[in-house]
Amino acid sequence: MCVKHTSIPNKKYSGGDEVLRFLLNRLGQSAILLLIVTIITFFLINLAPGGPASTMRMDASPEERQAMVEKLGLDQPIHIRYIDWITNALKGDLGVSFTSSEPVVQRIAERLPYTIELTVFTIILSITIGILFGVISAIKRGKAQDHVINFFSVLGLSVPAFWLGLMLILLFSINLGWLPSSGVGARGADFNFWGWISHLIMPVLILTTTVLPNIVRFTRSSMLEVISQNYIRTARAKGAKESIVLYVHALRNALIPVVTIIGVLIPRLLSGAVITEAIFGWTGIGTLILEAARGRDYPLVMGVTVVITVVVVLCNLIVDLIYSRIDPRVKNV
Amino acid sequence: MEVSTNQDYGSKTMTKVKQRKDTLLARLKQNKIAYFSLWFLIILHLIVFLGPFFWTINPEELQEVGSLAGWSLQHPFGTDDLSRDVFARMLHGGRVTLLVGLAAMLFALLIGTLVGACAGYFGKFVESVLMRITEAMMAIPNFFFVLVALTVLGTSPVMVVVVIALCGWMEIARVVYGETLKWKEYEFVEAANASGARSIRILTKYIIPQIIPSIIVSGTLTIAAAILTESAISYLGLGIQPPTPTWGNMLQNSQQYIWTAPVLGILPGAAITIVVLAYNFLGDGLRDALDPKYVKK
Repeated sequence: MCVKHTSIPNKKYSGGDEVLRFLLNRLGQSAILLLIVTIITFFLINLAPGGPASTMRMDASPEERQAMVEKLGLDQPIHIRYIDWITNALKGDLGVSFTSSEPVVQRIAERLPYTIELTVFTIILSITIGILFGVISAIKRGKAQDHVINFFSVLGLSVPAFWLGLMLILLFSINLGWLPSSGVGARGADFNFWGWISHLIMPVLILTTTVLPNIVRFTRSSMLEVISQNYIRTARAKGAKESIVLYVHALRNALIPVVTIIGVLIPRLLSGAVITEAIFGWTGIGTLILEAARGRDYPLVMGVTVVITVVVVLCNLIVDLIYSRIDPRVKNV
Repeated sequence: MEVSTNQDYGSKTMTKVKQRKDTLLARLKQNKIAYFSLWFLIILHLIVFLGPFFWTINPEELQEVGSLAGWSLQHPFGTDDLSRDVFARMLHGGRVTLLVGLAAMLFALLIGTLVGACAGYFGKFVESVLMRITEAMMAIPNFFFVLVALTVLGTSPVMVVVVIALCGWMEIARVVYGETLKWKEYEFVEAANASGARSIRILTKYIIPQIIPSIIVSGTLTIAAAILTESAISYLGLGIQPPTPTWGNMLQNSQQYIWTAPVLGILPGAAITIVVLAYNFLGDGLRDALDPKYVKK
């Protein structure tokens, strides 16, 4: 996010010192971002008409209502409540879920691995296919292959994921009966490999279509930019084979910026995961936020939002760090 | 004599302006998919907005033929699970969906242009605050906030538009920011600056008019994204509520009837896909046509 390209490195590499300064800088920025996210979400939830107290049953007596208000500390002013919440959150306590009376941290910990599973498979699949198609599209620029890949990229960006999911269920689950239409498959003692994979196929496919077009387009433009560089012309001029020029000289340099797109795509992936999980009954963090939102389970909503933001911020940090290490032209600001 | 030279001068600038417009359309015409998308969208909007004046069946009224009826002359797409006319619902639903997309786009354009232009023009503190906010908004998974905000604030059409726009202005802001940085260095802007024009006047009269082409491109792509977001939240039951039809919420119950009346599930989804596809092709085509590196084939 905060990297600048400079053609001439204007500082000598000074070992781990610079990396440390960069890390601290980014950590500071991330902390501020997190703080703002929690403040906005907290105030949004608490200042809403009804507020947290509206989660009570309609038939609750005034005494019951009062008891709940006191138990949750809702009689306190909002900024005091926020400070309470953030101090507890820093200690790792995100409160107790309204709907299940379990700690929020525990509920999230149960669900998060499923979402990580889904997104990791999706990232692997979409990056391999995306880079392949992006490179083909760039090399065959203006030819039939390029047009076909471009058409499908735009199609992938345009089709609503939930509708495509519905059509896949219609085809593979109802019509052909090959794949289960929902659930995460048996876990624990009953775990079997095919059951696991068969439950994963459709959700991963759907989630892949939400990010694949971006990777294809990004790889294509990165590759096209590299191909037009002088050193590629030099490589050709000295008589290198076209395949060597493309796959050794060009591709290596074209792939460096592609690393950054992973950072950009992680928020998209998690947003897409909400819909994908809803279609296929995948019990991850996406279905958890839906349950929390529908049940007006405010501590859970807060908890999921914070955890998701932390995950995204950490991923971005790692991506930036990797990028600054593999591209010597990058200067950290 | 003097008058005629003035007129000559006037007509010259007129032809110049006309030529520029012609080349944009001509460039767009070369991109067959984009040009076709433009016409397709014009015709589709006419059908959806004028159609209900001719197809006068009330989309919320129950029909005598009963629920899940098939194809007939009275009901070309049959009826849905509550025996309402699907064709009428497609027309009215299209109106709502396209209007929500359009309104969200306009609102997002307003925020994005404001943020981008201010950040680019004023620089320094304003720039770093506004652009950090933009980056932060891009780095968080917006969809979670859309869900939370709609749960908390309710799902009226206005709220849906506002929430979608609040989560979709960042790309526009970045484009406008980049363009503003570029244009504020030009002589005519510096001249206006030197002549003592106020910042707001320089922005609205000199800089923003130059950015309009880029804004149109972003706007076209933003409509596509807004329609998709609207349909997704409608599918999850957090969008505009029935009985008001939208293409998104028409899909909500269709999953159950996919065997008895597949048209219920296929039709609204296909409509969304085609409209979003057309907007995306048009946006891409416009961007290519406006690209200074554009080469005539």
